[in-house]
Amino acid sequence: MWRDAALVAGRDLRVEARSRVTLQQVGPFALLVLILFAFALDPARQTLERATPGLYWVTVLFSALLALARSAALGETDGVRDALRLSALEPAGVFAGKALAVAAELLVLEVVLGLGVIVLYGAEPAGVGLLAVTCVTATAAVASTGTLYGALVSGLRARETLLPLLLLPVLAPVLLGATRAFEAALGGAPAEGWPWCGLLAVFAVLYSVAGAAAYGTLLEGS
Amino acid sequence: MTATTSARTDAGAPGQPADGAAAAPAHTGSRATRVLGILALASSALLVLYGLVISPPDVEMADSVRLMYVHVPSATYLYLGCFFTTFASAMWLWKRTPGWDALAEAGAEVGLVFALITLGTGSLWGRPTWGTYWTWDARLTSTAVLTVMLIGYLALRRLDLDPGARSARVAVLGLLLVPNVIVVNRSVEWWRGLHQGSTLSRIDPKIEGDMLVALMVGFLALGLIFAWLMIHRFRVAWLEQQADRFDLDEALALRRAEASEPSDASEPSDASKGTA
Repeated sequence: MWRDAALVAGRDLRVEARSRVTLQQVGPFALLVLILFAFALDPARQTLERATPGLYWVTVLFSALLALARSAALGETDGVRDALRLSALEPAGVFAGKALAVAAELLVLEVVLGLGVIVLYGAEPAGVGLLAVTCVTATAAVASTGTLYGALVSGLRARETLLPLLLLPVLAPVLLGATRAFEAALGGAPAEGWPWCGLLAVFAVLYSVAGAAAYGTLLEGS
Repeated sequence: MTATTSARTDAGAPGQPADGAAAAPAHTGSRATRVLGILALASSALLVLYGLVISPPDVEMADSVRLMYVHVPSATYLYLGCFFTTFASAMWLWKRTPGWDALAEAGAEVGLVFALITLGTGSLWGRPTWGTYWTWDARLTSTAVLTVMLIGYLALRRLDLDPGARSARVAVLGLLLVPNVIVVNRSVEWWRGLHQGSTLSRIDPKIEGDMLVALMVGFLALGLIFAWLMIHRFRVAWLEQQADRFDLDEALALRRAEASEPSDASEPSDASKGTA
């Protein structure tokens, strides 16, 4: 299964590296959202500073929607779905591979956004260990859930609008947990953040297992 | 009132043309559901009587407590509907029979109706009691998220898809419904728990006497309405599936008949042969 996962992840990342859509469009979009937030909330009044963790994660979620739509679209061109079904790759492996590729893209995006927040919002990084673990667990949660829900809507004409409607309510706990953990880290009280990291990890494991189990049904029923 | 009129919801075509195939009923009512509908109406009348006339106003909440006789039961049946959807989705994934698919659809749709009643009565009650229509209480927030999830689920169902592919997708989505709700509820509860106690807990009261009777009558009336709606919605979904299948079978049979027609057929059938 893991060999299959590595194959699929390698393919998705290679396509991404060659097309550079994530790098050239999703990344700039995320930075643009940060700038828009600054317009909406007057930076002079320190609203931005207090809201930084929440704004950061909302931006990550919005950008993740774009990355996930990209990932789902990769599976729809040139009969890739049929080829995958014929390839005898394990569905759980395909799921893991796609989720890993999305996770890798999201991690890069989060680093870029982190720099953006430091430069634009004047955030001072503190509790770096907690920040890093939060990023990894939240990314795993978003990538696994997003890959599962992406498969639910793939191939549909309405998928661009349906994916956010289905996915964002489910990701509400991730936004909550990641934001609280960031607040704790930046506020200098990391002990309060670790339980939220635990929540994110449990969430990631739950949806990874669900996705790996359900992916076969979704591939076959397409 | 709607009970007896729409009991005859006409599922239309499937019964009429195909006399050879298993005859589908022309409407979703039956003697049992008519009795159920009458009981639902009678108990609703009883609820009006108990809720608005007989039961006394609350010491703290005054007359707004009367909303609770609808609010609490509808929240309960909302969760029951979601449970039906998840259970039926799991059963569909196991058995792959269309009945479970229809039950999952009925549960989600009726559940959404009760979700809207719950949110509506809840915010009307919140205005006089809390001084605001909405507060970020754990239960309110997770009910709102659940409502959006139900809307999303039904949106996926409405899409024009090949029936087999749609059943598999909506079954996976339906299976995740209750687990999603639990995860959202737990995490929101935890989040709000850090700041304040559960706001609603202070109205989880010891109620007694006529107020308790009124609440029980509320559970009975809304329960009967829930059952009545579920049965009818299930039957409509079932008939829709039958109609889909009959339409396809009929079209196939027509085409086959055209193809096997002897060559002395008149011009119009020649023309249709050309397009087929």
